[in-house]
Amino acid sequence: MSIDVGRVRKDFPILTRSVRDGRPLVYLDSANTSQKPLQVIDAIEEYYSRHNANIHRATHQLGEEATEAYEGARLKVAGFIGAADESEVVFTKNISEGINLVAYAMGNAATSGPEAERFRVGPGDEIVITEMEHHSNIVPWQLLAQRTGATLRWFGVTDDGRLDLTDVDELINERTKIVSVAHQSNVLGTVNPVREIAAKAHAVGALVLVDGAQAVPQMPVDVAELGADFYGFTAHKLCGPTGIGVLWGRRELLETLPPFLGGGEMIETVAMERSTYAPPPHKFEAGTMPIAEAAGLSAAIDYLRGIGLEEIHAYEHELLAYALDRLREVEGLRLLGPAEAEDRGGALSFTLQGLDGREIHPHDVSQVLDAHGVAVRAGHHCARPLHRRFGLTASTRASLYFYNTRDEVDALADGLRQTQKFFSAA
Amino acid sequence: MQLESMYQEIILDHYRNPHHKGLRDPYDAEVHHVNPTCGDEVTLRVRLDGDDVADVSYDAMGCSISQASASVMADLIIGRPVKEAMNTGDEFLKLMQSKGQVDPDEDVLEDAVAFSGVSKYPARIKCALLAWMAWKDATAKAMEAQA
Repeated sequence: MSIDVGRVRKDFPILTRSVRDGRPLVYLDSANTSQKPLQVIDAIEEYYSRHNANIHRATHQLGEEATEAYEGARLKVAGFIGAADESEVVFTKNISEGINLVAYAMGNAATSGPEAERFRVGPGDEIVITEMEHHSNIVPWQLLAQRTGATLRWFGVTDDGRLDLTDVDELINERTKIVSVAHQSNVLGTVNPVREIAAKAHAVGALVLVDGAQAVPQMPVDVAELGADFYGFTAHKLCGPTGIGVLWGRRELLETLPPFLGGGEMIETVAMERSTYAPPPHKFEAGTMPIAEAAGLSAAIDYLRGIGLEEIHAYEHELLAYALDRLREVEGLRLLGPAEAEDRGGALSFTLQGLDGREIHPHDVSQVLDAHGVAVRAGHHCARPLHRRFGLTASTRASLYFYNTRDEVDALADGLRQTQKFFSAA
Repeated sequence: MQLESMYQEIILDHYRNPHHKGLRDPYDAEVHHVNPTCGDEVTLRVRLDGDDVADVSYDAMGCSISQASASVMADLIIGRPVKEAMNTGDEFLKLMQSKGQVDPDEDVLEDAVAFSGVSKYPARIKCALLAWMAWKDATAKAMEAQA
């Protein structure tokens, strides 16, 4: 393990602040959003201080520099995820918008030309997702099914928090138009066998979208090797700014996929009667895009690569194993998701009983932890169906990143015992 | 620690031993309310007797704040005139929006003054208001049905 976490932490100014009456911040909510290193904060400041202009349309020097910042970020993302070239990288607001882009564009295929045939969805067609998805990978597909009359189907989840693939050959069949699945669960941490699912989907001619929001920050990802058709993620979970995400798509698909949002910059020519569209990726980028955010994302990728994605993954794996051990020692704690660190990322969701054996609600757990300076998330984490699957309405989630330490994991375990004491007092 | 200002002993008592809990018959209206950010849910029934609140019964899943608030609310409004109970609800809403800057009127709010500390935690205000909002909604439906 080659991460010097003490040195890494110096890059993140926020990690030195205190909260709630002077307690040192223990930030265990990175699956929600990660903290930002100075390198990213500086890049955004540098962009606004020196280069700010609108892109693609200004002929002055600042316009050239801003365009360079934005398109340079696209090139960097392409290299980061193994895209064939930068035209396969579409910038979006976030991963939710990326998934909506594909779902709405598929809906638009019904009234597009014959080139969009393979995206058409209608009665009798099936859309396949999983029970462990974030709402952002459920609701857009429900809406598409409602608009088109297609049927939404899903993989179940096993008791130990893995995808239940026993009915894979029945679920993915010749009626399947698209399979959309999380690379890594934001609640369970489970890393899904995306390659295997993609192979099944392609064998029946279905498309594959992978929600990489939780995976890209934590492991090296190569979209070509995964066999996906679309792959989305968001910058703010990988040390970048909010407001920008990425949808990668295979070039030949982006060429024929109908547009989603219409507006400036996404056109080739506009007449009052009809318009023609720019080639991808610009076809999918209507209006002024998040330019400073792209510069920030670019700096975040440089930063993560400087540390090394393999190193980040290895460090997190070891910290996760340590955290699983520490949490196992807390009596009355029930962990959701795989009990072992294999094929598992750093999201630790759990329920907690008091010393009297009564469940302590996640909101109350997180409130007491917060009073001790430990920041976690409580609720259904935008995965209500998954919580229902486990008979719950909510859980508490601690999530790790490469700037977290064993001491912070210990602070979590201590805080949980304090919580039990607090709510069990007679 | 600030924690005790939120989790006052009265609140923890109501949480551990909630009053009037459980759904009862007969009733005039039933509603189901959800706090979409955390998944807390309450099913609440109202029975009116003329202009009075004859009964409020509920089944709730949620945190200590939302559970205790439902319990305190039921204590406060069962047997009271609807108008008076609505007024109490308005006072409670004001208290929750006060960010801890208002001295609550103990004559009106009784045990509910204990929620003053909750108003300093924006994320928890909805928890305290869940049952009250459900009750207002159910009462409106019950009155509509009567009219």
